[in-house]
Amino acid sequence: MMGPSHLLFSLENQTLLKTFKADLHIHSCLSPCSDWDMSPKKIVHKSLEQHLDLIAICDHNTAENVAAALREGARQGIAVLPGMEICSREEVHLVALFNTIEDALKMQEYVYAHLPGENQPEVFGHQVVADEHDHVLGENPRLLIGATQLSLLEIVEKTHTLGGICISSHVDRPSYSLIGQLGFIPENLHLDAVEVSYRVPLEKAPTEVAGINDYPCVTSSDAHFLSDIGKVWTEFILNAPTLEEIRLALTETDGRKILNNT
Amino acid sequence: MTVKDVVEKFDLKVAAGQNGLDREVMDGYCGDLLSEIMGNAPAGCVWMTVQGHQNIVAVAVLREMAAIVITGGQTPDDETVQKADQEGIPILQYPDSSFRLAGRLFSAGVGSVE
Repeated sequence: MMGPSHLLFSLENQTLLKTFKADLHIHSCLSPCSDWDMSPKKIVHKSLEQHLDLIAICDHNTAENVAAALREGARQGIAVLPGMEICSREEVHLVALFNTIEDALKMQEYVYAHLPGENQPEVFGHQVVADEHDHVLGENPRLLIGATQLSLLEIVEKTHTLGGICISSHVDRPSYSLIGQLGFIPENLHLDAVEVSYRVPLEKAPTEVAGINDYPCVTSSDAHFLSDIGKVWTEFILNAPTLEEIRLALTETDGRKILNNT
Repeated sequence: MTVKDVVEKFDLKVAAGQNGLDREVMDGYCGDLLSEIMGNAPAGCVWMTVQGHQNIVAVAVLREMAAIVITGGQTPDDETVQKADQEGIPILQYPDSSFRLAGRLFSAGVGSVE
């Protein structure tokens, strides 16, 4: 009796795995350096146009536009993960991704408590909070472009405590990247993956970017303009477009994996 | 001039690496981008930086530096202190800017172009 039902289960399990096109690092109009057109609604629609299955909204040190993108994503049939791009006190950018908006907002609270300064819109740009109907709800007054007083280690540990995953941003770049700022990836840092920018093809990243070593590697657009969305993406083999499935893919568990990553 | 002489002359605080204070100071270097420091800092230098992350110790060992000075009133992370003690790399602290200390070191003959 065990045999057939077990076989059925495993067949079922296998057929459920498919390819998902993901862009896990997109800024909205809440990031001061980002374009006004990057509203939660427009990001979702542009992502659909680019045939993405899964996106993450990652503004600098904030998650206040995530909820609107989640609602619009749900309506339009595209998976949206709550995220943030956090700047550590070493001036290293980290993408933190969460299962739920509640977890992301807990991270936001932690980040805000360690983020000094006020924004000067005329210098750094406007920080627009919008709903999913493109209505402006207000402007965030914090210095979102700044560095937090949190160490890399503290950010990774807090992200993990909240059930999230931490990806080191654009490690091929000289500025605000882990390898650029700190020379190499510290051995005590339990990153879930590293990200390369569009400048390095994903399959070449481990050989072309010194210091990536054996870390799982993804590529994302880091879009600040609508036209950046879909510039690059990572293909995952997953059962569903969720954070937990991505976690499995990063560790190559149960058939989940990153495609074309050697 | 030894690291100890520099500590006394400029009233620096020793945060770690006491057992490396007899190292000879040959030159100076400033910067906070560790990828750049790894490629360019001269051997025997006193390196002024605001970074307190543990990777600074590895970079100092790699470049065979005399000492690290954390400037601007910044502090080393706990792991940094432990690593520096293990490696015998002095970590010093200076409340003012790298610019100020570099100027004072240069005036005292460190890194003179003569």
